[in-house]
Amino acid sequence: MQEITREAILARAAELFRDGTVDRALGWRAGEFDYDVTPGVFTSAEELENGFVWNDFCGANFSKYLIRETGLTEKKVLVFLKPCDTYSFNQLLTEHRFAREKVYAVGVPCAGMADPRLLRERFDGVTAAESAEGGVLVHTLYDGDVTLPQEELLADRCRNCKSRKHVAYDELLGSDGEVLDSHRFDEVERLERMTPDERFAFWQNELSRCIRCNACRDVCPACTCEKCVFDNPASGAANKAPSSSFEEQMFHIIRAFHVAGRCTDCGECSRVCPQHIPLHLLNRKFIRDIDRFYGEYQAGAEVGSRAPIVDYTEGDIEPGQAVEGGARHA
Amino acid sequence: MTDMKEPLIPVVGVVTDIRIDTPDVKTFRVVTPEGKKAFAHKPGQCAMLSVPGVGEAMFSITSSPTNEEYMEFSIKKCGCVTEWLHAMEVGQQITIRGPLGNGFPVDTAFAGHDMLFIAGGIGLAPLRSVINYCRHYRDRYGKIDIVYGSRSKQDLVDYQEIIDEWAGDEGVNVYLTIDREQPEWDGHVGFVPNYVKELGFSTDKIAVLCGPPIMIKFTLAGLMELGFDKTQVYTTMELRMKCGIGKCGRCNIGSKYVCKDGPVFRCDQLDELPDEY
Amino acid sequence: MRKIAVSRIQELFAAIAAGQTLYLPVDTKAGAKFEQWESGKQLSSALNTVRSAKDFFFPQTENLMDFRVEGKKIEIIDTRRESEDFVLFGVRACDVRSFTVLDRVFLAEPVDTYYKNRREHGLIMSMSCTRPAETCFCGTFGIDAAEPEGDVVCHMTADTLYLDAKTEKGSALLEGLSALTEDCAAEDEAAVERHRELSHERLSKLPLASLSADRFGADKTDEFFNDPAWKSLSEACLGCGTCTFVCPTCQCYDIQDFDTGHGVKRFRCWDSCMYSDFTKMSAGQPRLTQLERFRQRFMHKLVYYPTNNDGLFSCVGCGRCLSKCPIQMNIVKVMKQLGGKQND
Repeated sequence: MQEITREAILARAAELFRDGTVDRALGWRAGEFDYDVTPGVFTSAEELENGFVWNDFCGANFSKYLIRETGLTEKKVLVFLKPCDTYSFNQLLTEHRFAREKVYAVGVPCAGMADPRLLRERFDGVTAAESAEGGVLVHTLYDGDVTLPQEELLADRCRNCKSRKHVAYDELLGSDGEVLDSHRFDEVERLERMTPDERFAFWQNELSRCIRCNACRDVCPACTCEKCVFDNPASGAANKAPSSSFEEQMFHIIRAFHVAGRCTDCGECSRVCPQHIPLHLLNRKFIRDIDRFYGEYQAGAEVGSRAPIVDYTEGDIEPGQAVEGGARHA
Repeated sequence: MTDMKEPLIPVVGVVTDIRIDTPDVKTFRVVTPEGKKAFAHKPGQCAMLSVPGVGEAMFSITSSPTNEEYMEFSIKKCGCVTEWLHAMEVGQQITIRGPLGNGFPVDTAFAGHDMLFIAGGIGLAPLRSVINYCRHYRDRYGKIDIVYGSRSKQDLVDYQEIIDEWAGDEGVNVYLTIDREQPEWDGHVGFVPNYVKELGFSTDKIAVLCGPPIMIKFTLAGLMELGFDKTQVYTTMELRMKCGIGKCGRCNIGSKYVCKDGPVFRCDQLDELPDEY
Repeated sequence: MRKIAVSRIQELFAAIAAGQTLYLPVDTKAGAKFEQWESGKQLSSALNTVRSAKDFFFPQTENLMDFRVEGKKIEIIDTRRESEDFVLFGVRACDVRSFTVLDRVFLAEPVDTYYKNRREHGLIMSMSCTRPAETCFCGTFGIDAAEPEGDVVCHMTADTLYLDAKTEKGSALLEGLSALTEDCAAEDEAAVERHRELSHERLSKLPLASLSADRFGADKTDEFFNDPAWKSLSEACLGCGTCTFVCPTCQCYDIQDFDTGHGVKRFRCWDSCMYSDFTKMSAGQPRLTQLERFRQRFMHKLVYYPTNNDGLFSCVGCGRCLSKCPIQMNIVKVMKQLGGKQND
């Protein structure tokens, strides 16, 4: 159950449309079932009233959409940001990907979002899933109505939430949370304890499922190149085929390198992967290593911060040490 | 199964002659290693040429089917494959597969009619095949008018053939134009669409257009002003293609595949397609 | 019709696999997946596989030919090989229909011999559905999940697997398995009929059971092409290829060359009309924005393909795009919103 209600969000949005602050809003649009929420652009309070939804399935991060939407209006774009979304928001501002003054950001508290996959794994035929007393009331085709504690449906990235504190907003609805002492690096450490062969086997198995749909890249708020090197025939690296498993590993590893120091760990890559590949673990490994090598750094925590790997200081780790890997350095 | 002919597998072609037409257009003569024509074709049909390792691309066959010794391709340099082709020397082998596409209805809709060919720039390439076919079977067609324009005299493809052969034929009138005045040019100056209107053709003929999209658009409008009906006007389209046989989906517009159902369309047929080309 | 006890299904698999390669859906950490059967591999209990069965006839990548290049000389090497015989067990009605959709493309003249080769060597043992999901809408396209097409149609009750041969190929397979299976009596026919009725009852209660495709079909381009709904439907589309790649009927492909250093391989791979470079030419791009690309995919399935194929839709209602699209946009939402009226 989320702290702020749909009505509270709609009431504020209606005011912002009415007083002319904004002429469009990025919001979650209701789908066929409660859990198939689609990001949408609303151009009036009435449209929001008819189609906007705010429930436990509003996982999509709108930050990246701001790049396009801010270019389509003279006024401001209204955007609702959950705490984790605000880190992507700041990181995009750091990279000058949209103009801050073209956005009116409303922070909304988040109690964690549910993962529709967990629903599907538990039941055949889930027709609805609504917030209810004691958790989420799930309507199913073959198992009747079942109430589950919200924790059981919580997305992996929310179980390991790094922060319930908004790091950017024009106004905040409800209360702000704290940066959390999360366990998000536990899985990284588990991988680090593996032997190189075990780790190689782990990634080979995971990445072998890749169908090269590019969803991870296309949803990633750190992947905002106008023309991705993998789409550009002139780059010599363009390739839409997983012509060998090695190619797939290259794609994901190169992508992880490209976003290193800029990835805020929003987890969208793993959320959208149709093949359940835990892609976020590659990025988290980079974050962990950067923390160890250069001191703790959270991309997007503030606008304009320089990621340690693009900011030379005399105290920087020597290449010889870096080569040994973060786990040994720790 | 594996002894069936596979439409995606090409044959080897040898480039036996390379003619420099304009600063960015060359014409390549291609035969099989045995010195024969790779396959028979109709005017307006295309072939996929490839350089292994670089890629395959679709080109219209610019020589006439009546030439039974070889095929020719006039190719403008504008991408990976064409750059490689332009760097070739005589004797180089490439691959070739076809014929692809529908071609012009030279023996049906065109038969017995006066013909008006209008081309701009490299747009002459697909028309050269049909023009030479009509010249070869001269008695099957009426009067032939050819309006051809390019940026400059140097950019007129097949200039020598036009002057030496086409212009001298009985019943063939050639009208050349270039976009801007230049010293060694005493012919017409101006854009093709305007020239067509100035020439004021009578509407008792079939018009065939090929050129850049903007030229097609304005020339078609000009022909409509002169009183032509869209059913009298044909054009040939170009879209990105890979398979050339209507399967890979790339050149799909509406229910048509340009590679298979085209590239030749009558202008009223184009109107039935969604506006996406 | 023949039958075998479900408890002896491994014996059946072993007998089939003795004659040819057998593929069936098995459970993996990332959902059900077709895998080659080997002793001990259990049939998945999932409704359907994450990836569709089209992979067996139209794989994501395949080598088309090799070239040997020496100086100015080129040798073209035909690398086609006769496919081995294989059996696909447990294919659902939606995916079986998708083969018909693909056949209309690949087997139309000029025939794609790579596809035809595999198609002729593959035998389909389909499986009727008893627990369709909320994302299922095969009925919209006239598919009966309780009575799939295929060479051998299977119905599985709690204790019995019924095998019904529908083609010569299917009969030949069952003949070879006759030592293991029993002939069916009238009571078995009745059991299968009850099984079908249960399926039909469940199918009729699905949330998308009333979804109709009647408004779409051949020659409807003008009605839908300029519909204002395309804008809002496509606005959040990421332009990724997920829907295309999990779709059993999407068949667009790319052909590319790969220089191995020892020669050149020309291969084909799945491509997506959702990708920005799909129609890009050196001289321009006919589909400039995601709206046009998005529209192309759905217009193709609902209008263009039916126009060329006697009204047959290029969607089989498998629901994979409903569960896999990163932004939860899909053909059901498109069908409901096009034409400015709700299609409920």
